[in-house]
Amino acid sequence: MGDALNENGCVLPTAGGTDGKAGIMATTTGTADLDTHANEDGVRRRDFIEIAAVSAAGVGGLVTLYPLISQMAPSKDVLAESTTDVDLTGIEPGMAIKAIFRKQPLFVRNLTAKEISEAQAVPLGELRDPESLEQRTKEGKANWLITMGVCTHLGCVPLGAGEGENKGPFGGYFCPCHGSAYDTAARIRKGPAPKNLEVPAYEFTSDTAIRVG
Amino acid sequence: MSFPWAKHYEPKAPFMRWIDEKLPLPRLVYNAIGGGYPVPRNLNYMWNFGVLAGFCLVLQIVTGVILAMHYAANAAVAFDSTEHIMRDVNWGWLMRYAHANGASAFFVVVYLHIFRGFFYSSYKAPREMVWLLGVVIFLLMMATGFMGYVLPWGQMSYWGAKVITGLFGAIPVVGEPIQIWLLGGYAPDNAALNRFFSLHFLLPFVIAGVIILHIWALHIPGSSNPTGVEVKSESDTLPFHPYYTAKDGFGLGVFLILYFAMVFFFPNSLGHPDNYIPANPLSTPAHIVPEWYYWPFYAILRAFTVDFFFVPAKLMGVLAMFSAILVWFFLPWLDKSPVRSGHYRPMFRKFFWVLVIDVLVLGYCGGSPAEEPFVMISQLATAYYFLHFLVILPIVSSIERPEPLPFSITEAVLGSDDKAVLGESKA
Amino acid sequence: MVRIIGILVGLFFTAAVLWAFGNGAVQVASQDYFVEKTAETEFHLHPKELDQASDHLVAHWDKQQLQRGYQVYKEVCAACHSLRHVAFRDLEQIGYTEAQVKAIAATWQVPGVDPVTGEATTVPGKPTDYFPLVYLNDVAARAANNNAIPPDLSLMTKARHEGPAYVYSLLTGYSEIPAELTAEFPDFSTPPGLHFNRYFANLNLAMPPPLAVDDQVTYADGTPATIDQMAKDVSAFLTWTAEPSLPKRKQTGWPVIGFLIFATILAYLAKKQIWARAKKKA
Repeated sequence: MGDALNENGCVLPTAGGTDGKAGIMATTTGTADLDTHANEDGVRRRDFIEIAAVSAAGVGGLVTLYPLISQMAPSKDVLAESTTDVDLTGIEPGMAIKAIFRKQPLFVRNLTAKEISEAQAVPLGELRDPESLEQRTKEGKANWLITMGVCTHLGCVPLGAGEGENKGPFGGYFCPCHGSAYDTAARIRKGPAPKNLEVPAYEFTSDTAIRVG
Repeated sequence: MSFPWAKHYEPKAPFMRWIDEKLPLPRLVYNAIGGGYPVPRNLNYMWNFGVLAGFCLVLQIVTGVILAMHYAANAAVAFDSTEHIMRDVNWGWLMRYAHANGASAFFVVVYLHIFRGFFYSSYKAPREMVWLLGVVIFLLMMATGFMGYVLPWGQMSYWGAKVITGLFGAIPVVGEPIQIWLLGGYAPDNAALNRFFSLHFLLPFVIAGVIILHIWALHIPGSSNPTGVEVKSESDTLPFHPYYTAKDGFGLGVFLILYFAMVFFFPNSLGHPDNYIPANPLSTPAHIVPEWYYWPFYAILRAFTVDFFFVPAKLMGVLAMFSAILVWFFLPWLDKSPVRSGHYRPMFRKFFWVLVIDVLVLGYCGGSPAEEPFVMISQLATAYYFLHFLVILPIVSSIERPEPLPFSITEAVLGSDDKAVLGESKA
Repeated sequence: MVRIIGILVGLFFTAAVLWAFGNGAVQVASQDYFVEKTAETEFHLHPKELDQASDHLVAHWDKQQLQRGYQVYKEVCAACHSLRHVAFRDLEQIGYTEAQVKAIAATWQVPGVDPVTGEATTVPGKPTDYFPLVYLNDVAARAANNNAIPPDLSLMTKARHEGPAYVYSLLTGYSEIPAELTAEFPDFSTPPGLHFNRYFANLNLAMPPPLAVDDQVTYADGTPATIDQMAKDVSAFLTWTAEPSLPKRKQTGWPVIGFLIFATILAYLAKKQIWARAKKKA
């Protein structure tokens, strides 16, 4: 009986007890958690304050989540944009080196004339991610192909930059993880990768040196 | 357990009934801290600190797990990774200050909880097990707090680790091998730092487990109350929810205001500046002190300055320091008074307040340099501390004449109880 | 039984500690002082008052002052003291633009690798680099500084009681040994190579006065570079290096406390409403 009345009192305030009912409850059972609803205004005021207090606790809890979640995002030292200087002297046509840019591999490749012409010969319409070699290199420096060494499929480091490594069917880079093949302009030609190897922002600081980032 | 008039969990929604059949967790919660737990209706605000202590544990686990995502437990980089948290991690400074001050808040709350227990003799039958488990929790907290303080690997961290493990060196014969084994070396270094980190991560979950036992044991007899008179009838109790959830909610609000005022405006006031100096095994800070919550016990440790017959001063201090807490385990059997509440025990009440002042004095001396007059004051205070628990309590509880108790909680609250008027004899 | 054993154990501890007290009391009585007076206990001074924009309850950085402080650090302190927890990129927080930070970083030499030989060398700093160490290790630091190691300054203002005021007081606190000190402690003298400073714990500081004359640096913003001004500026700068998030902390604190007061008042009213039901039931 106490339960049922209490349910009424809380869930359906207007259908709950009257003064008379509550008075009977007090003397017969002594149960102390039942409410007396003197009038509807009193009921509304009580409900409002309790709902407001619980809501305030909820809002406070939600706001607290913000720092708890955002602490996992990259910290300031990680976000700080660092730059990498690469010296190009020593890299003969046909050779490539791996440098490190922001903790990821960076491919720096000196294309041969043959590789350049192969890249230029491909009609853009055939490409999954259409970009010309000119768009992917600096003006007058079409032989310097600077790309990230991160396969755009799932992030492995493709082969082809090291000496003697498998350059794949298109003569550029080949990712052994899931078989993505890139051509001599590091554009995706075959396999699951959706995009060409990314060209990071860089500039020539002299004829033989670049600064990436 | 419960009183016969405790409300029963009756899920209305079909889904809740389905859950209740498969895994009656909502029922457990309802009976533990919901409408199904009848609680004495006269609990005052000193009864808020149990729930607050539970909140502090959750706070420490949440902020601690987050800090562990960024911290590196290696002596070469521990200090730097702490600064990395303070400077570079998003809201890292907030997490660290919340955790460091959270430890202090946890101890404030637990000390109030313990002294509530002293005053109202909450340790007395039938709640001895609740009390014993509580003392275990306190010991685990002290170990956890100590190991946590070592992790930033500042000067106080390092020398704290060295001095506290040195306590074990006081044990005759096996002491020194134990100390070396604890540290994994002859002085604190990587081995010690790494194991302290591991244990500092583990122990809070052990504490959580013992807290569950603490609450379980509490629910067998039900909560004590300020009169110390046991619950007699339904009119003595109120369901935990909504009455005490509401009261605890308000208490939590007050607690959070004070806590965040510390975190945001005085985050280093309870710490020691020397811990912003990286650990240096070649130079001890001028005044090494532990965190404030160990000060009373640290004062007891330092009070024993001369050998006592065949017992060396060092061993005596260590024995006394551990005994100062261990003596709490025996309280239920040292205090034999039939009356619980200090409100009805005139002599006990006076000595209780002397004890409060005594522990505050010990705390003050423990945080001061080891020089006069602090050493002599802490010696007198230490003497009273042991006299209080081991000599005064047993004697007072035998000779004291308690004041008359109310017939019931209802009478204490309302001035009269129908049942008492109806002719039942007074207690 | 427990009580009898308890009383015995209690008396044992009490006797032991009172025995120690008695010994101490006899000793104190025989010397008629509690703590021996020394030049340090009598003449060491508490740091001077110092008011900084970041001390206020609504805190902010005085960026002009921090930039002046950086200049003092670079031109004076950096000869001996490192700042290893601070990166050049952090200087953007005290009002320098990205380009200025790049230029500032390049004026410092930081450890690097020769791109050809791979040997360790120094290269101009980049914004992501940290302020370089001054000495290779403690031995080198001792050797160059009369056996005293100049501490790293990144956290100095948090590593001392009242840190900013302490730094300011120390820098402006060099003096001759006062006559009263010599009168009271005729044996006191400052050993060769050390410098008398009443704000230092043992009164004798290894660091020679770093700010010796007015206009030791020339401020770009035209502020007169008195010793007092330079000391204030560099201690403000070191307040920032110790805790760059300080104003953000206080700025976050106010709304948090405000919201909590509001929520707690609501919680109090809700509690009162709920408990009114119990009272009516009486």
